[in-house]
Amino acid sequence: MSVSTERHVTWRRPEVAPSLLARLFDSKPFLIAICLLPAVGLLLVFLTYPLGLGIWLAFTDTHVGRGGYFVGFENFESLWYDRVFWGAVFYTVFYTGVATVLKFGLGLWLALLLNENLPFKSLLRAIILLPWIVPTVLSAIAFWWMYDAQFSIISYVLVDVLGWRETYIDFLGTPWHARWSLIAANVWRGIPFVAISLLAGLQTISPSLYEAALLDGASSWQRFTRITAPLLMPILAVVLTFSVLFTFTDFQLVYAITRGGPINSTHLMATLAFQRGIPGGQLGEGAAIAVSMIPFLILATMFSYFALARRKWQQGGDDE
Amino acid sequence: MTRITRRDALALGAGGLLAAGLPRPAGAAIPMGNATPPPARIESGATLRVLRPTKFVDADETVFRANTQKFTAETGVQVRVDFAGWEDLRPQTAVAAQTGAGPDVVVAWADDPHIYADKVLDLSELAGYLGQKYGGWLALPQRFGKKWGTEQWVALPMGGSGGPCVYRISWAKEAGFETFPTDHAGFLKLCQQLKANGHPAGFALGNAVGDGNAYCNWLLWSHGGMVVDEAGKVAINSPETINALKYARELYQTFIPGTLSWGDVNNNRAFAAGEIGLTQNGVSMYFALKNDPRTAAIAEDTGMARMPFAPGGKMAENVLLLNAMVFKHTRYPNAAKEYLRFMMEAEQYDTWLTGCGGYWSHPLGAYAQSAVWTGDPKIAVYRDTNTVEFWSGYKGPISAASGSVAADYVVVQMFAAASSGQSTPEEAVREAERRARRYYR
Repeated sequence: MSVSTERHVTWRRPEVAPSLLARLFDSKPFLIAICLLPAVGLLLVFLTYPLGLGIWLAFTDTHVGRGGYFVGFENFESLWYDRVFWGAVFYTVFYTGVATVLKFGLGLWLALLLNENLPFKSLLRAIILLPWIVPTVLSAIAFWWMYDAQFSIISYVLVDVLGWRETYIDFLGTPWHARWSLIAANVWRGIPFVAISLLAGLQTISPSLYEAALLDGASSWQRFTRITAPLLMPILAVVLTFSVLFTFTDFQLVYAITRGGPINSTHLMATLAFQRGIPGGQLGEGAAIAVSMIPFLILATMFSYFALARRKWQQGGDDE
Repeated sequence: MTRITRRDALALGAGGLLAAGLPRPAGAAIPMGNATPPPARIESGATLRVLRPTKFVDADETVFRANTQKFTAETGVQVRVDFAGWEDLRPQTAVAAQTGAGPDVVVAWADDPHIYADKVLDLSELAGYLGQKYGGWLALPQRFGKKWGTEQWVALPMGGSGGPCVYRISWAKEAGFETFPTDHAGFLKLCQQLKANGHPAGFALGNAVGDGNAYCNWLLWSHGGMVVDEAGKVAINSPETINALKYARELYQTFIPGTLSWGDVNNNRAFAAGEIGLTQNGVSMYFALKNDPRTAAIAEDTGMARMPFAPGGKMAENVLLLNAMVFKHTRYPNAAKEYLRFMMEAEQYDTWLTGCGGYWSHPLGAYAQSAVWTGDPKIAVYRDTNTVEFWSGYKGPISAASGSVAADYVVVQMFAAASSGQSTPEEAVREAERRARRYYR
């Protein structure tokens, strides 16, 4: 009898220690980090760095072509006593406020009109977009001619054709005329953006709601306040935020038409920051003016976010 | 009149006609002194990059390029010339200076070489040679070529664009002025009479870097005022400035409406349309009028004269100066210097001067004999552009601060506020003093 001496050997998969690389790629934290890296890198390089540099410059006395030293709040201190700066702050807020109200009033009206069944609807919508498509500088130059002290078409029509006025209007030569003229140009440019965005919002509202309201005998005003307005609120909040940000940081219109004149009455913070920073060479002070815009912008964003976008029904819940 | 953006050039439209329509008189003899050029040992394999402001008149670019090609043909040095927009030139110069890379030679605006004085080559030898050969450097080029308070040349001024008074001859005669007044009282009277006859004056009081600063600096300097004193201390708050502001307010009454909003191009348009009878401008407007058949008659009737003088009979007009410098970071300093010498020699320089129709007036005395100043006797007034003894930031050292004051329109807005009655002269000057102090600290 032969005793089997064979040992019973169970085959096992040879244990290979996982390589460092493999273990690395198995580790979740590492994967998260490496997947986020490109996005974070882009944000850091293209958003955080310029913003950080801008803020740093605001605390130095850097001059174009010459490095600067840290001077603390010196730039802000001198701005505090600078009438030109406060004039710019006032006009920026005024310009943004008035232009936004007008743009939304008129834009909403236009959107409601376009939402009706009109002949040539698509063509009309395309035409409405024109002011927004034209590069700002081009429309600014067109307005610049229309507001010219000597060659304004508006003055020409009023004085020479209709005979309603004796003298040409000095659109850009007196502070308040210039301020309102620029606001008019900004509103003209901004309406299409508001109108088309709100129109998109209007079209998402189901017609059946209106039909039901009609059956209940709701007037058109009631339909507007009870159906259109609340359902438009979410998109309104987004459009409003964007519009306020664009208007607050507007530069091209003012720079091309008045350069902040007459006597600084139409300087926006953005144009003043540029004028002091680049042609004037005072990079530090220019940056300080630009940084001063940040609190206003945060405030505006918070306002439209909290006041308009917080409603529960946006997340599908009931309102209140 | 000086800085004009590309947009303005478009609006003017006729600038391009300049080169084509100009008479090219056979080069008049430029008197030359005896001088030997500094020894030039051009580095073998040298290449150069040159940065300069973009053309305002066509010939400025074509002749400049042709002269550069000639230099390449004679020396074998390849030269690349880049043209930067007028408002971009300063930032680009700053980048070159800070990074120590890029162009070897920059034809910059007047103050820039002084801001980078420690980064540019000493050009004293070259400037000395050119001065000796071509009848000496004029007053303004001396001021901007030499480092403040020394005899060391840090830059080579190449040409200046001035802004004398431009007016309609027949309307001035109608106003009772056969000859143009040289004093402030007479000038005011002329403008008042012009206005009464329906041909008001018009000077830019808006944020116009060129025309606004030209008009307001003239007002300030010609009344004996200054922004800062010799030591660079703010000295704008003076009885002279108050006088200038009071005079400006009276003169403003004779203006066409709307000048507070005028930029660099409005006076050109208004003059071409016959809306105004008198303004201040560079020679380009005259040629634009002359070369357009529709406005040739206006050009015929256009006269040019000195603005009223400063105390002591000194001309007090603002000049925009081209000021060339060679950065120390260049690998081929000798080639760069030789290039500048070549461009300033009569054979090349006179062609350029003549081609531009006197737009960039010469910095060296001998070029007063150039045919460009006799071809059309009317433009002779531009010949003496660079003899002016006032400069942006007068009477202080040339520094970054003077550039900042001009770019922030401190002087312009002082005059605009007082002229329009928004502020009293005393308030306006105090505000200007406060703002100027901010830059001269």
